[in-house]
Amino acid sequence: MFYREAGQFKTNYRDDQAIFPILQDRIGLGIIIAFAFIGVPLLANDFWMNSIMIPFLIWALAAVGLNILTGYSGQLSLGTGAFMGVGAYACYKLVTIFPDVNIIIHFFISGFFAAGIGILFGLPSLRIKGLYLAITTLAAQFFLEWSFIRIPWLYNYNDSGAIDSTTPKLFGLPIDPASGDPVHRYLIVLSIVVFLTWIASNVIRGRIGRSWMMIRDMDIAAELMGIRPLYAKLSAFAMSSYYCGVAGAMMVFLWLGSAEVESFDINKSFLVLFMVIIGGLGSLIGCFMGAFFIFVLPIIMRALPGFFNLGINAATMEHVTSVLIGSLIIAFLILEPHGFARLWQITKEKLRNWPFPYG
Amino acid sequence: MNAHDSKIHGMDLSSGRNDGIAQGDELLKVENVTLRFGGVTAIEDISFNILKGEVRAIIGPNGAGKTSMLNVINGFYHPQEGSITFRGEKRSRMRPYEAAASGIARTFQNVALFTGMSTLDNIMSGRSLKMKQNFLTQMFYFGPARNEEIEHRRRVEEIIDFLEIAHIRRQPVGKLPYGLQKRVELGRALALEPDLLLLDEPMAGMNLEEKEDMSRFIIDVNRQFGTTIALIEHDMGVVMDLADRVVVLDYGKKIADGEPAEVQSSQEVIDAYLGVPH
Repeated sequence: MFYREAGQFKTNYRDDQAIFPILQDRIGLGIIIAFAFIGVPLLANDFWMNSIMIPFLIWALAAVGLNILTGYSGQLSLGTGAFMGVGAYACYKLVTIFPDVNIIIHFFISGFFAAGIGILFGLPSLRIKGLYLAITTLAAQFFLEWSFIRIPWLYNYNDSGAIDSTTPKLFGLPIDPASGDPVHRYLIVLSIVVFLTWIASNVIRGRIGRSWMMIRDMDIAAELMGIRPLYAKLSAFAMSSYYCGVAGAMMVFLWLGSAEVESFDINKSFLVLFMVIIGGLGSLIGCFMGAFFIFVLPIIMRALPGFFNLGINAATMEHVTSVLIGSLIIAFLILEPHGFARLWQITKEKLRNWPFPYG
Repeated sequence: MNAHDSKIHGMDLSSGRNDGIAQGDELLKVENVTLRFGGVTAIEDISFNILKGEVRAIIGPNGAGKTSMLNVINGFYHPQEGSITFRGEKRSRMRPYEAAASGIARTFQNVALFTGMSTLDNIMSGRSLKMKQNFLTQMFYFGPARNEEIEHRRRVEEIIDFLEIAHIRRQPVGKLPYGLQKRVELGRALALEPDLLLLDEPMAGMNLEEKEDMSRFIIDVNRQFGTTIALIEHDMGVVMDLADRVVVLDYGKKIADGEPAEVQSSQEVIDAYLGVPH
């Protein structure tokens, strides 16, 4: 009823090309961002911050990274966890070598290491496609995991083999997960995620993003339009890995506090892949929806019996949650194989045409 | 074909490359090209040329090597023998994206659109070579990247107007009917502003009305933009009406070359199409 574009005339291409050409979308997005920056810190307690909001945003960023590669460029990857690890270990080394530099700068720089490794393991994509490529990225996953154990230089030769956040400070405030205020960490993560998502949406809608989608949809025709597969594929690998790397660095330094090789194992790759598939391939908003469904929903479901005093013990609820989430994934993929993003799009379309069945 | 003709509604999509090749001069020359796949010879010792500004048809029965010939011209296949000269430059082992950059655009026999993208984005994708923005300017979008998008959007809208597909501008091309998909594909090729446009069966599977529309667009592209066209087509009525000259292939060999009427009356061509008693 309120979602109408009637009267909103576009008189130039600039307005027509806007990311959100409909006014209500812009207002909605503004409200969501304002709520995330102001409302959530006021309302949420430490548990919500530490265990839900911060990891949710970090996973969403990793999902944006994978979506750039798999959703927009059509290159299936199972190495997300390892690329996150590269970012984390790179950030750890950077913090050790340059302890005085602002940690946020380290986050952004560590992404470049992940991007470099991503390009390296993206090289096979020039020859192979689809599931076969997925297998080569699986090789990246295993090789990198091996490196995280066997190259002690990466974890400063310490006995535990783990990397930990060495009480980083930002403008004098402690922001490590052990002693820092979660609200500060949340605001840092949120700012970085919002910024990088905005960057991603800009790149995707321009020439470079279009070249990725051309390669995804029809690589032969893309070449005939003058796209060099080498540049298109490797730039997708670079940008995707960059995002995963930043997500991995933030995961260690703003969420977990310490991490070892298990934090970046193949399960994490699958987790992010599920988020992208459930959320919707080729959609940025879908990444957030997918991260919510895969990561936040189980936590909420586990907490529900306690909330309503249902008297179900935690272990039982753990199992029930797994079963329910599993069934939901199956049901959802049957109903809407293109993910939440498509569902969201259909809903908006219906709202625009309401009360008529089609416009 | 004067300068005035190449402009309609103030738009100019003509192949404006000032390459010193006058109308009617040789634009592309295929010399003694032989293409083999293992033991199979797809194309055997074929030579022909395409003159600037003409509509050149390549015809022949199924499996004659027509599509292979186009694939050789735009660099998908590299012939074992022979050479291809485009705009006076002899080229060897050119990649498809290099062919695109040198001014050759192409449509496919089976529509090869980017199915996940809208009509607008599909035609925009044809502008890729003309867009120069890099990662840095694109990251922040505002400023040069946006201006470039808008400038190219304007050109793309001209093509959309020309092909009369404004009503499907926002639709994902995967859902469009076949005839419209073919038209969008032509639009995408036109967006490259090519010197040479290769059309691989642009009218396959169309009904009469769609064929007439498509013929009209091909003629308009040729006459108004001055684009040279090489066309593969099985509908002989279309070929005889549109083409200035026809080359006929059969089993990878050239069996006739000349004006439509001349080719039509060639005994070898009639034999190839109808068969000969043994």
